[in-house]
Amino acid sequence: MSELLRVERLRVEYPVRRRPPLRAVDDVSFAIGPRETVGLVGESGSGKTTIASTVLGLVPAAAGAITFDGHDIIGASRDRRRRLSADLQVVFQDPYSSLNPARPIGKTLAETLRPHGAPPKQEVAGRVASILERVGLDPAAANRYPNQFSGGQRQRIAIARALIVGPRLIICDEPVSSLDLSVQAQVLNLLRRLQHELGLSYLFISHDLAVVRHISTRVVVLYRGRVMEAGPAAVVYNHPAHPYTRALLQSAPVPNPKLQRARHTARQRSNPDFPGAVKPESCPFTPRCSWAVDLCRERQPPLENTGDDVLVACHRWREFAAPPPTGTNGTKLVNRPRP
Amino acid sequence: MSFLRRLLRRPLALACCAYLAIVTAVAIVAPIVMPSVNSQDAGDLFAANQLPSWSHLLGTDTLGRDVLSRLLVGDRVTLIGVVEALVVLLVLAVPLGLAAGYLGGWTDRVVTWLADLTFSLPAVVIIIVVLSVFPASMLAGMVTFGVIAAPGLMRIVRSATLPIREELYVKAAEASGLSRTYILTRHILPRIAGVVIVQASLLAAVALGVQTGLAFLKLLVAAPAPSWGGMVADGTSVLLLHPWLIVPPGAAIAITMLALSLLGDTVRDATVENWSAPVATRAATKARAKAEAQARAETAPPAEGRLLDVRQLSISFLGRERDVRVVEDVTFDVAAGEIVGIVGESGCGKSVTTAAIVGLLPGSGRIDGGSIWFGGKDLSRASEADLRALRGRKIGFVSQEPMVSLDPVYRVGAQIAEALRQHRGLSRPAARARTLELLRDMHFTDPGAVAVRYPHEISGGMAQRVAIARALAGEPELLIADEPTTALDVTVQAEILELLRELRTTRQMAVLIVTHDWGVVADLCDRVVVMYAGQIVERSDTQSVFDTPLHPYTEALLASNPHLAPEAATLPVIPGTVPPPGSWPAGCRFSARCRYAVPACSAHAVPIDAPYQAHETRCIRVDQLIKP
Amino acid sequence: MNPVLRVMARRCVMAVPLLFVVSALTFLLVSLTPGNAAQEILGTSATPAEYAAFNRALGLNLPLYEQYWDWLRHALTGNLGQSIFTGQPVVQAIGQRLPVTLSLLVGALAVSAVIGVGLGVFSALRGGAGGRAADVLALIGFSLPAFWVGAELIVIFAVWLNWFPATGYVSVSDSPAGWLRSLILPVAALALYGIASLAKQTREAMLDVLASEHIRMARVNGISPVSIVFRHALRNASIRVVTVLGLLAVGLLGGTVLVENVFALPGLGSLMVTAATQHDLPVVAGMVVYFTVIVVAINLLVDVAYVWLNPRVRVR
Repeated sequence: MSELLRVERLRVEYPVRRRPPLRAVDDVSFAIGPRETVGLVGESGSGKTTIASTVLGLVPAAAGAITFDGHDIIGASRDRRRRLSADLQVVFQDPYSSLNPARPIGKTLAETLRPHGAPPKQEVAGRVASILERVGLDPAAANRYPNQFSGGQRQRIAIARALIVGPRLIICDEPVSSLDLSVQAQVLNLLRRLQHELGLSYLFISHDLAVVRHISTRVVVLYRGRVMEAGPAAVVYNHPAHPYTRALLQSAPVPNPKLQRARHTARQRSNPDFPGAVKPESCPFTPRCSWAVDLCRERQPPLENTGDDVLVACHRWREFAAPPPTGTNGTKLVNRPRP
Repeated sequence: MSFLRRLLRRPLALACCAYLAIVTAVAIVAPIVMPSVNSQDAGDLFAANQLPSWSHLLGTDTLGRDVLSRLLVGDRVTLIGVVEALVVLLVLAVPLGLAAGYLGGWTDRVVTWLADLTFSLPAVVIIIVVLSVFPASMLAGMVTFGVIAAPGLMRIVRSATLPIREELYVKAAEASGLSRTYILTRHILPRIAGVVIVQASLLAAVALGVQTGLAFLKLLVAAPAPSWGGMVADGTSVLLLHPWLIVPPGAAIAITMLALSLLGDTVRDATVENWSAPVATRAATKARAKAEAQARAETAPPAEGRLLDVRQLSISFLGRERDVRVVEDVTFDVAAGEIVGIVGESGCGKSVTTAAIVGLLPGSGRIDGGSIWFGGKDLSRASEADLRALRGRKIGFVSQEPMVSLDPVYRVGAQIAEALRQHRGLSRPAARARTLELLRDMHFTDPGAVAVRYPHEISGGMAQRVAIARALAGEPELLIADEPTTALDVTVQAEILELLRELRTTRQMAVLIVTHDWGVVADLCDRVVVMYAGQIVERSDTQSVFDTPLHPYTEALLASNPHLAPEAATLPVIPGTVPPPGSWPAGCRFSARCRYAVPACSAHAVPIDAPYQAHETRCIRVDQLIKP
Repeated sequence: MNPVLRVMARRCVMAVPLLFVVSALTFLLVSLTPGNAAQEILGTSATPAEYAAFNRALGLNLPLYEQYWDWLRHALTGNLGQSIFTGQPVVQAIGQRLPVTLSLLVGALAVSAVIGVGLGVFSALRGGAGGRAADVLALIGFSLPAFWVGAELIVIFAVWLNWFPATGYVSVSDSPAGWLRSLILPVAALALYGIASLAKQTREAMLDVLASEHIRMARVNGISPVSIVFRHALRNASIRVVTVLGLLAVGLLGGTVLVENVFALPGLGSLMVTAATQHDLPVVAGMVVYFTVIVVAINLLVDVAYVWLNPRVRVR
């Protein structure tokens, strides 16, 4: 399979005074092919935004490799980044700060073309107009300022800004999280349509598993910088193999009152107040996991293939066809579930 | 509108600029027109120390020289001193501040360290020493001042640059491969220009003070050339006999400093204005709001006696030109021990409604219709004292952002204890014990460890639980929660929702929750109220709304929810956008986007009707939605 | 380590190289002067032999780094040399004048803090016309130069009303009442700027804090207005005000030089000016050291207060 983007065993660290550095991203690997969408799912601190920043070259990588079109892009020169941005673009979460409030949006869109050889003014105006149409906005809007648009419209402009150079891969960092529900649907549909029309690939980052499932081919579930589970979106969503994925799915309330009430009893509560630092040798989910045993604290679980094209990082994944936890095989549970 | 034009529209700014323009003009012209003044050792000694007269408009000084002409000629040297200092300041501080703020890392550390060092220097002493090396050299003195004052401006530029560097559009520009210089000059510099101009004019005022001070000490300008500071010194030497002489130069200095400071202030106001909409003058609108509230006719309390009864509530915001209604004719109630959800999208008025219940509308907001019945009183007409008696004691409130809803300088336990002492009159030890109990109720496993932490030392989920504990300190009957879980991770959200459910059971407490998340509604609420464009469009118990939505908006919203949509299909979408307050159509406000709309929908306002008992909707086409 | 101690340690550590650098620079600068002490004392018509003898006697013929090293050695034992002009030990000369300047500085700071912060809080709470009036007063206070205000105060209060002495200083050991009377006008002249500055900054800080979310939440949960203003708002606002106080103190230190001149107070300022014009190197170097120490002390106090007031910067 020809891949567009491959991330291999990526590690990103942030220096901390007088302590070992914080591993924001640890041993993360995934790949995106043409016309594919890979979703990164996780809560705050999962490292998903850091991964996006590292791919874009905004944050340095401590270890691992990132290749685009087969070429390594970590530590790429400024010039190389410039050329890369013709193929690799980004749409951010916050439609309110992703556009310079002091400039009309036409100028902001035109500016993206600058690093790739400034085409003549006529051509620029034409491309701006056509890209605005493509995202469903009036071309005459090019002269207006960001604060004259709604949140959903600004997000469309942000998508237009990413599209105008004709990229092959767009990183979408929580693109619909700040939008109202009715507008979310519009933007998600737009992203799907563009993928279909232009053959785009997406790296779709979100904390909302339902949204990710809706738009992604494959899903990578992250917790504290490590991959917990990865696999086809539908499989992971419907048959989660990792305790964390299950917790995520259990926690997200579904808009169905009867179903939601039934789920109350099924959930386990086991979150300590101060989980403390994660030791590099243990599974990061140990303090909160209802199924944790001593082994989890001593050794990082490796990513294993379940056979369904799903990778799971859990020592006990084979036991989880049935519901939890009475300590099978006499192993002592580390966290007692609440009565 | 360009910044300059906006600035000059303000009369104060215009006056300052005009004055400074005159001062500059005089500085340039006066020594040319009156060339002898600079070297004039003495005038007519017999006419010394005279008060103003027709021949000498500002009098004469001790050596018989005309004060006015010395004042005008002395303008130049004074102004040049200010300009010298300002140039050095800007040339040093702005690039270094930008570099430190934008590049970060080593550059930042080195520059900041140098700045800290320079900050520890006694400016006045250094300048005097330098002036002793270069006597009467204003350039040396003012340059030294510029260098010593630069770190202050550099710090300000740096801290103005830091947040802009984090702005997403800068990140997007970097990701696009735009060069650093381009980003600095086209994106960052324009954003900090306002700050720099403000500080520059304030620093110019300081430089003027320094220049005149040094001239006063006779260190800067060699006699007999006039300078404003020197003229004050001359006057001071004969102060007891001829007090007039210090007045003209002092006035000149004072007015110029005033103009510079005022200019700085007006520039700051003008820059802020660009990003935000103009706000009506608070005092006037607040007074008007109060008067109008009292003028409304009284209504009778409702018969059924629910815990909270909101009837036909309407809220407007007073503007400079006209008032804008944001909530119209909202009616709902909450019974004791019930959980009611108000659900809607941004701008529908749900948060404003809850703010109105506790009397916390922002200054320009006022209730201009309806009533809010709680505990036998109409809160919309209650005095501030009455409302204060209710807040915390009968009604608790929790808002969206837990990390900023707690005071950062006090430990969280202390903040809960404060509420306990306030509402229940507990002694300090009793309050401390009860705080720990409350924290245990909030499912904290180690309340003692949490209570001594500061808000920035705990996570968002923990902070929200602390905020809830504080809201419950007075044992209220009703807890209002405005989007309490929106800013939290989904696993943490689940805990908070479970906590709220438990509180309802153990304390018989009613909860009014505002949310945009239908999953939260399904999880938590007994009854739900759907708002759209300032109105209630549907109202019923939760199960009915999900099973049979009776308003096209509700139906469309539920349909476009990715949780409910089948996989990999295009999501059904509601076309168009919400009409903002102020542009609400006369008829049904959703009709422009509604697939069942007919001309009758937009003809008149639609009342709420109840096709089923306890399931109400504001739609005349409800028959289209009722599935057989 | 206790965050307060850590802050103090950091300041002190930084102060040592600073003092070296500053004193060395002073030596360098003064040596660059066109004139020199010998000419000042002996006049311009003395013979070269007389100049040389003079310089040899005072060690001024030695190379600069030797002079500096000599000075440094003695300084570390607390001996800052003697004035070339008066022969008086520098430490003594400065020590005599230090109380004057400190009285003026601390007095002006205290008055500025109490009245300025009080005015600021008051105008923040009142708002409307009161706030506007406070703004105007602040603006006027900024714009009037301290030396001019001092002169006018003399005219009004010393000459016309004859309530206070126009010039001169009475030390507190001689007569506390006299000391106070001799300081009232100078402190007033210096404090006007301070009051204006603090009133404005306090008002802005209070308004900012009063608009913050945590104040809104405290209010909505029924915390009394008095608690909100004094326990919460003021405490939060004081973080910003403390930094302003520090800057003000350094600025007022410069202002003392001017005010001492107007009121003929025998403080450090006048000594500084004379010594600098006369190229009296030991005195100048000594002054620089003292002033630097004062500024470092002020910054240290500000740092400590800031860390104490703001839990967010304390790293555990």
